[in-house]
This record gives sequence, structure tokens and C-alpha cells, in this order.
Amino acid sequence: MTSSVSIKNLSLDFGAVSVLKTLNLDIEDGEFLVLLGSSGCGKSTLLNCIAGLLEPTAGQIFIKGRNVTWEEPKDRGIGMVFQSYALYPQMTVEKNLSFGLKIAGMDRSEIERRVARAAGILQIEPLLKRKPAELSGGQRQRVAIGRALVRDVDVFLFDEPLSNLDAKLRAELRVELKRLHQSLKNTMIYVTHDQIEALTLADRIAIMKNGVIQQLDAPDVIYNAPRNLFVAGFIGSPSMNFLKGTLVADPGGIAFETNGARFSLAGYRTPATLDAGRPVLLGLRPEHIRVNEEGGAVSHEAIVDIEEPMGADNLLWLKHAGHTLSVRVNGARRFSPGTAVRLSFDMAMASLFDAASEERL
Amino acid sequence: MADTLRIEGAVTPEGPHGRKPRRALSRRNIMIYGVLLLAAFYYILPLYVMVVTSLKGMPEIRLGNIFSPPVEITFEPWVKAWSEACTGLNCDGLSRGFWNSVLITVPSVLISIAVASINGYALANWRFKGSDVFFTILIVGAFIPYQVMLYPMVIILRELGIYGTLAGLIVVHTVFGMPILTLLFRNYFTSLPEELFKAARVDGAGFWGIYLHIMLPMAVPIMVVAMILQVTGIWNDFLFGVVFTRPDYYPMTVQLNNIVNSVQGVKEYNVNMAATILTGAVPLAVYFFSGRYFVRGIAAGAVKG
Amino acid sequence: MTNTAPEGRRTGLTRNLAAKIATLPMIATALVVFLGGTIWTVVYSFTNSKLLPKLNFVGLAQYRRLWSTERWLVSVDNLMIYGICMLILSLVIGFVLAALMDQKIRFENVFRTIYLYPFALSFIVTGLVWQWILNPEFGVQKVVRSLGFTDFIFDPLYDQQIVIFGILIAAVWQGTGLIMCIMLAGLRGIDEDIWKAARVDGIPTWKTYVFIIIPMMRPVFITALVLIGSAIVKVYDLVVAQTGGGPGIASEVPAKYVYQVMFTAQNLGQGFAASTMMLIPVIILVIPWAYLEFSGKRRHG
Repeated sequence: MTSSVSIKNLSLDFGAVSVLKTLNLDIEDGEFLVLLGSSGCGKSTLLNCIAGLLEPTAGQIFIKGRNVTWEEPKDRGIGMVFQSYALYPQMTVEKNLSFGLKIAGMDRSEIERRVARAAGILQIEPLLKRKPAELSGGQRQRVAIGRALVRDVDVFLFDEPLSNLDAKLRAELRVELKRLHQSLKNTMIYVTHDQIEALTLADRIAIMKNGVIQQLDAPDVIYNAPRNLFVAGFIGSPSMNFLKGTLVADPGGIAFETNGARFSLAGYRTPATLDAGRPVLLGLRPEHIRVNEEGGAVSHEAIVDIEEPMGADNLLWLKHAGHTLSVRVNGARRFSPGTAVRLSFDMAMASLFDAASEERL
Repeated sequence: MADTLRIEGAVTPEGPHGRKPRRALSRRNIMIYGVLLLAAFYYILPLYVMVVTSLKGMPEIRLGNIFSPPVEITFEPWVKAWSEACTGLNCDGLSRGFWNSVLITVPSVLISIAVASINGYALANWRFKGSDVFFTILIVGAFIPYQVMLYPMVIILRELGIYGTLAGLIVVHTVFGMPILTLLFRNYFTSLPEELFKAARVDGAGFWGIYLHIMLPMAVPIMVVAMILQVTGIWNDFLFGVVFTRPDYYPMTVQLNNIVNSVQGVKEYNVNMAATILTGAVPLAVYFFSGRYFVRGIAAGAVKG
Repeated sequence: MTNTAPEGRRTGLTRNLAAKIATLPMIATALVVFLGGTIWTVVYSFTNSKLLPKLNFVGLAQYRRLWSTERWLVSVDNLMIYGICMLILSLVIGFVLAALMDQKIRFENVFRTIYLYPFALSFIVTGLVWQWILNPEFGVQKVVRSLGFTDFIFDPLYDQQIVIFGILIAAVWQGTGLIMCIMLAGLRGIDEDIWKAARVDGIPTWKTYVFIIIPMMRPVFITALVLIGSAIVKVYDLVVAQTGGGPGIASEVPAKYVYQVMFTAQNLGQGFAASTMMLIPVIILVIPWAYLEFSGKRRHG
């Protein structure tokens, strides 16, 4: 596969503040890439640089192999969808869709053909004569997507397009976006702070923090094998449990120990060598801890502190060896506070981080 | 926890807990409306005096009191003020000043708003190195007493060959109206979602394309505010009218002052007041018809001074 | 840091070129008229220019003459009295009216329309109508006398000692509506919950105003202060219309003095020196404010 968008050593400073730090990123043709991070991490800045709305301080941007670093947004072969929709309020939907094409001097029949096609794909034909103020949030966002669609471009940029919608509509449009990507097969770069959107939509996710990409991988890799402590803590709700402790020698090989509780690491696969005495953090996702079940390599005592029933799931907060652990169990299984339970751990799914570098071991 | 529960339990069974419905004539209300009415009296009095004086004949003014309504209403002072009153130079009334003011105000308002809206747009969306410095100079300049810049302005206009002409006065109004109007437009355009501007750029529109197709159509409310500000401001101007024009082009305010404060002839107070009302009529009409926009205008950019 | 960017980056003058061309009138106004004009006037205030500006420097001679001229000294005195009174009266009346208007009263729009309409009128109109009301032969004095108080004297415009207060009455009439509006906007901007909290705490209304609301409205007061202040320094048309500077020179003000020496007496150097003096209160008042207001705003985005 050829690379569709390619970013080389991109940096951007606002005065003394460095927002993007020598960033490198290759996005493949037809890929759905999500830039994920909390506000201020530089994800929107990066997207604006790709769009040509911000000028980088250094570095280069290639789209379809062409260096577009200093080109105008309109010449880059991109379409963009914004969080606030950014529809021109005084124009009808039809005019909104055709505005850019008219500026480009396209002839009328071609404009009409493209508007009709985009309206067909997005099922907004009945809305064409209306003004944005007369549309619902979901309809507006559809029009905004249409505006990118009519440009007939290779790369679509989405800047938190669903954040202004309510939860139900967001879920609906998310599915539609996925369907749209499957049928159009364009390259899509999508900025969001919502990990559900990222996990459900992305071919690959780039998690950003402080202007640096922390990890760039497929969603399941990001979820199951986070490369550092930040990624591990950022993805997953409730967050991964982190236990601070040290590596110790154990009859079964090497083990992790915290406050006297010992976890055998026999099932943990890593290319790194694990030396006894090293201070580390053990990360366990709530669904990888089992309560009162047989099996599993390690078994511990714990006390139920708080129970949060969520319908399908039941979230338990347990006291265990001086830590609080969150554990996800089936919603049908109820525990009253104060109950003593036995825990077993799925150590193959655990993550181990160096305490100093916070990198995965 | 237990405390809160107890209090909640104690409160809920009782009836509504709002204040007792207030009587219309409480002491508090008498105080409030008393002061407000007294103040209203002070503000409305001069307008009332102007109107009644202008409708009286001179004998009635000499004998009666300025607050009493006219016994016999006459419109003669109005006719005289409009077409016959003397300024010492000529005796063709205020009408000449009125038309001069129209000739000055209309182009000045249009040009100053056109220039300032472009400034505001550029400052909001196309900031370049130094643009904020120019803007700061402009805003500080709004507070510099005009006297400091009067003579340099005379020289500039003379060099341009438009000193003493209508064009010169239009330039002066555009220049001195620029700070407040630019501020007004800059703040307005800054308040519009930046994503609209970005979307238009992705659509391929440039500086002028975005200004004409996207920003101007959205700027109608602020345009109205700016128009009100400028129409009243320029119509009411006196200093620039005196300094930068020849007597042929004197605006209405200058002519009014010349008529009323002229030392020749017998003072005709009824004519003077009619002339005063006529001069105030245009801004007053703008004020009463624009209502909320006027308030918004002065509150939004109350830097006119 | 090395720039790895290839050629094609728009740099220097050509960057954002359309915006630069479009704002040329603003750049010219800022640099030539406001900055250049001010510097020009200050420089020529050190010359002995008479009918035409000439660069013949005489040091501080114009200023020495200025400060020994009776007319200027009276002007400065008048401006100080007028300024202090105007500042206090505008703020107090403006705030009190705004606070009363904020009591969920009926006919709020009617009251506001009445208080604000004078602001739409020019100073010339304002001056002339108050000249008429304060006219001792026909106005308030005559009316009160005709009620039987035959010794009643109220002729501020004809009394050298108090003429400046006669002008003040008109100025307050014209300008307080604006301050009221700004204060009202400030009061409306205060969170309703503050009032609820004060009521729950049992703080009396007047104390809430003095100790909580007014301190919260500091930016509004500063804006009002700057507005009133800059209007005070510029006061000119009102005096021309109402008294013409009289009786004698009793109601002269600096702005009028400048106009008079510059364009009537054609003593340019003297006029420049006087206008430079007018610049000083503005510099003291406005520059710190503009710095706070505009450099601060940029920091918050």
C-alpha cells in the first residue's frame, strides 16, 4: 500500500510553547486513522497543519506523495469536517455544498451532479433548500460531511465531528461514518478525545500527549498491549488498575510483589529480561480479574468495598493488599460491601511497566 | 448525611417558601420609583422646554414662564428657523446646514464603516506581524485629545489638496471614527466561530472572498450598530466642521451655534429652540427608532468619548 | 532549530499580503495621524511658530508663557473642578440609577429611554437648551421669583464664580445615561447566585452592594472611569455653545484655549504647547488601562 499522508519531522511552536515536537506519521491509502488525546495534546493542531490552516515551524507534509507543506488548503486535495459544523449560516444547504466548487470555477452541471451525489449518499436531498438554522444537529453534521464529499478529495479530515451531538445521535452517526468509510474507501484522519469513537472507528489509533505520539497501533494492540503507562491509563474505562511493587525471584520463575501479595509472571510474555529487585508497576484491566472463580495462575483474598451495578456489568471496588482494585463482573452477580472474596488474575493479559521510565516491559 | 436528611424531611411537608408577595406600595417601592421619577423629570425637562418654547410667540415668552405650555400654538418659529434665520453671514436658515450635514454624514458613514469593517476582519482573522501594534496605537489614539492632532491633520489634508472640502471632512471622520469602529468589528468578527473561517479557506475562498461571501452577510447586526454610532456621531460633530470646512460647507451644528449665539439682532428664543430641536431631530429619531441597537452600540464599544 | 522546509514558504512582506494591503488605511492612520501627528505637535511645541509651523527651537519658552497666561490658568482650574465633579457625579448617579433599574422594576425600557436620550444629542444642542433654561431673565430664576421668592438668585451662567457648575449641570444631563447603561450591563453580568448566597447569609442589600457587588464590578468602573476621563479632557463644544467661555474668561477650558490660540490668534507654537499639556492626563490615565485591557485579552485568547 502507498502512503496517502506523510508527515516528516513536523514541529510547531507558539512563541516559547512547543505544541508539536518533531512528529513523524505515515498514513496509508484508505486508512481510517484516529488522533486521540485529551485537550491540549496537539491533536487538533496536527490536523490543522495537515489541512494547511496552521503553518508549521519546521518539517514537511506530503499528501499523495506531493509536498504540500506551504500550499493553500484548497490545493491540498482535502475536505474537512468541523466540530461546530461551520456551515455558512446565510446560505442554504445547497449553497453550502456548492460554495467551494463555485469558487473553484467549476461549471454548473458538474456542480449539480456532485451536490446531487453527495446529497444522495448522505440522504439529505429533502434539506437542500433549507438554511442551517432550520436543521437539527445531526442533519447539520451530515451537511458538513457533504461539504467535504462534494470536493471529491482523497483525504477527509474530521475535527471532533461528533462532540457537539447528544449521546444517542453520536452513536448513530458513528455507525454511519464507519459505513461511509467502508463504501468510499478514502483516507480519513479523525481527531477525537472520545476513546469509544477511537476504538470503534479506527484502523489505527495515534495516541498523543504534549505534542508527541505516544503509540500508533491498531485499537486492539493499543488496548491490550499499551506501550507506556500513559497509554495504559488513558484507554479503558474504568481505568486499568496499577499496582506499585518490585520484581522478585520465585520458584515458578520471576514474580511481582506488592505489600506481601505475590503475582507469578510465568504467563506474562515479554522480550525484555525481568531482573529481580527492579521496581515496576503491574497493570491489570478490570475485566481480567476474576472473582470467586476457579483457575488463573494467582489467587488472593480481597474485601468488597463498594459495588456499582451498571446493568450488563457490575463494577466492584475491592480492598486488596493496601490497594483499591476495580473489577468488572457479570451484572447478574451481586456482592454486598464487606464480603470477602477470592481473586484470580489473568496474567497473560497483564501489563508491566518500568517504574522509572514508565515504559512497557 | 443524617443531618441533611432530617432537614429535608422537616422542610418538604410545608407550603411554598418564597417571599411574601410584595404589596405594590411598599416603602421600598415608593423609594425606588420616587427616585427614578425624579431623575426622569430632570432628564425630560429640557426636551419639554425646547418643544414648548419653540411653539410660543415672542410676546408670550417675555411674559410667561418657560415651563408653561403654549397658550397659542404657532409653527412660525419652526418655519423661520428652517428657512430665514440669520447666521451673521447669510439669512437662509438652517436648511443649508441640514443639507450640508446630509452631504457630510452619508459618505462619511459609508466609507468609515467600509474601511473599519475590513480592518476588523483583517485583525480578527488575518493577523500579521505588527497588526496588533497598529491596532494598539489606534486604540490609544482614540483617547488623544483631537486638539493634539488637529494641525497635523490640516497639513495632511492641505498636502492632499482637499483641505476645506467635503472630501477632506469625510477623510477626517473616517480617520477619527476608525478606532472605535475597528474595535467594534474586530470584537464582532473574533466572536464568530473560527471554524467558519477555516471551512471557507478549505473551500478555497481567499481574503476578499471570505470577507464578501461569508463575513459581510453575517455582520448585519454589527453594521446596524456601527451605522447608529456613526450617524449620530458625525451629525453631532462640531469641532471638525469648524476646523476642516469652509463656511459654505458648515454642518448643521456649526450653523445652529452661529444662529443662536449670534450677537446681532434681537434674540428670538422661540426660533432658537426650534432650530435646536431641528438639529437634534436626526440623532433623536435614530435613537428612538433603533432602541436596543443604540444601547448595544454604546455598551459594546463605549470608547467614543 | 533548522528549518527543513523547502522553498515555497511565504515569508516577509508577501506573507498575508492581501490583509496588509487591505489594512493600509489603518496602518497609515495609526502611524501617520495618531503617532506621527502627536509627535509632530510635541516637537513643534518647542518652537516659536506663529502663523506657520517653523522649526525654530526656543526651548521651553512656549510653556513658560503658557503657564503665565491668565486664560490658560483659568482653563486648567476650570477643567480640574469640572473634571472632579463630573467624575464623582457621573459614577454616583450612574451607579445609583443602574442599581435602582436593576430591582426588577416595571417600565424599565421607558426609564432607560428617558435617561439615555440626551446622549444622542450633540453638545451644541445640550449647551443651547441649558443656556435657555438657566437664562435668569426667562428661565428657572424667573419662574421661582414669580412664585413669590423675589430675592431668589440662580444665574450660574452669568456668575464668574459658579459658571463652571452651570456647565456641569448640562454635562451631567448629557452623559450620565451612558454611565448608567454601562453600570446596568455590569450589574446584569453578575451571577444571580451571588445575590442568592448573600441573602442566605443574611447580608443586608446595601452591604451586598458595597462589599460584594461593587468590588466585583471593578472592570466596569475602570471602563466608566476611562470614558468619563477622556471625555472631560476633550470638553469643548459644550462650553462654546453654552457660554462661549464667558462671562469674561470665567468658563474657558483647555481645548477651547488651544483652538483659540491656534486658529484665531494664529499663535501656533503656543497652541502646540497647550495641546501637549492636554496629552499628559491622557497618558497617565489611558496607557496603563490600554496595556491592561488589550495585552491581557490576548493572553486569554
